[in-house]
Amino acid sequence: MKALLPILTVLAAIVVLWYGAAVWLNSQWIYDQAARAGTEVTVTQLLSETMVQDRPVLPAPHQVAQGLWDGLAGQKITSKRSLVYHGWITLSATMAGFALGTGLGILLAVGIVHSRAMDMSVMPWAIASQTVPILAIAPMVIVVLASLGIKGLLPKAIIAAYLSFFPVLVGMVKGLRAPEGQQLDLLRTYNASGAATFWKLRLPSSMPYLFASLKVGIAAALVGAIVAELPAGATMGLGARLLSGSYYGQTIQIWAALFTAAALAASLVMIVGVIERVTLKRMGMAR
Amino acid sequence: MKAPVIEAKDLNLTFETNDGPVHALKDVNLTIDQGEFVSFIGPSGCGKTTFLRCIAALEQPTGGVLRVNSMTPEHARQARSYGYVFQAAGLYPWRTIAGNVKLPLEIMGYAKAEQDARVEKVLSLVDLQGFGKKFPWQLSGGMQQRASIARALAFDADILLMDEPFGALDEIVRDKLNEELLKLWARTGKTIGFVTHSIPEAVYLSTKIVVMSPRPGRITDVIDSTLPRERPLEIRDSPEFLAIAHRVREGLRAGHAYEE
Repeated sequence: MKALLPILTVLAAIVVLWYGAAVWLNSQWIYDQAARAGTEVTVTQLLSETMVQDRPVLPAPHQVAQGLWDGLAGQKITSKRSLVYHGWITLSATMAGFALGTGLGILLAVGIVHSRAMDMSVMPWAIASQTVPILAIAPMVIVVLASLGIKGLLPKAIIAAYLSFFPVLVGMVKGLRAPEGQQLDLLRTYNASGAATFWKLRLPSSMPYLFASLKVGIAAALVGAIVAELPAGATMGLGARLLSGSYYGQTIQIWAALFTAAALAASLVMIVGVIERVTLKRMGMAR
Repeated sequence: MKAPVIEAKDLNLTFETNDGPVHALKDVNLTIDQGEFVSFIGPSGCGKTTFLRCIAALEQPTGGVLRVNSMTPEHARQARSYGYVFQAAGLYPWRTIAGNVKLPLEIMGYAKAEQDARVEKVLSLVDLQGFGKKFPWQLSGGMQQRASIARALAFDADILLMDEPFGALDEIVRDKLNEELLKLWARTGKTIGFVTHSIPEAVYLSTKIVVMSPRPGRITDVIDSTLPRERPLEIRDSPEFLAIAHRVREGLRAGHAYEE
């Protein structure tokens, strides 16, 4: 409860700054209109008219809230104008990509930890893959897969996986290597096999690292899914909402989609956090 | 006569480092018989831990002969001839105390019922009955170390190697654990190799004290204790005890004089 006041203060400050910026950025259009009509602009007029434009440069917070409410609750969720509908399309691609990326990341990490050859051959490529801008890769993946007749969820999931496997890979390599000398020595004194060492020591030790990277990975997967919706001229998904919004100057629609995406990402990260807490608690690793 | 449990002949171990070779062990000769309690004492860098690790096949000697139960250390390790207790308890935080003690039994493929029976038995041996369901963080440092001893006792190794197991504990807890360790040794009849840098601890526990000195790591004195096997804590005030402690101290000092 003590934290409530500072949190609300920061929130209020952001809203105030946002309103200020909206007035400032949207005023140009009003001045242009007034100049054309040959009239003067009063302060009251400026304040009221910058808040209600159809296509403002920067929509005011209440306009975005209105857009959000309209998109989330004002439509049937099967409607093409419903943010729930578009959010679901993007979410399903995100989850598929996240599962794909997590599986790939863990598998590669296991290989890298157990094989020096894999460490030297795979790791540089994994790092290189992340230095290529996703915006450059995404259209190629979509086009190549479309030429093979693969459309819809899978290409988007692959691009989401492309972004989300990396944090999982790095985290799991670190986690599987977390056991120190003494813990490995102990298993040596039992003459334990490599498999036993993996299942009984390395894998459980890596759990905290895995969850930390899953949080990064799931947010990255969402970004990947949205980016994947941009280049193909998709008509469904949050990415498509962003794209059509920018085509037609529907800034309110863009901001509403952005906020939906942000809220979605935050919820996904929080869900992973809850699973993390429950799992570590059941494992006895959290107190 | 029975073959010795551990036998070292002209054992050498040289680590190659960037600053040149380091003689961790030089011409170490030692015989340990069945049922002995042998302490290794000396300043850091004298090779006492390294010697213990050689016995456990965690280090490879670079020269000489080492036999454990008449096998090479590597074969002895594969035959699971010894239990090893490290300085840190090193319990898995994600396993209960019982789960930790069970770890070697799972790895060695004991039957489920046998595992539970053994866990029960060794936990009572280290006076931890009733703590099986607790997690390590719920136990004090001394109790954690006892659990790690139980873990080393859970399978049928007749050698127990202990590397400064009580080094991180305070004096009072250490006294109590020393007393318990002696009882445990009497009950199980294991051969124990015990690394320490505490003179009273070495004298109180051992039937044989091996005094070592550093650079190069070597044995400067081997003292056969004249104390009886039955040892109450008060024995540490007896003249006999003090005489042995004195000889250990002399041995440690001699090792240093050699260096200067």
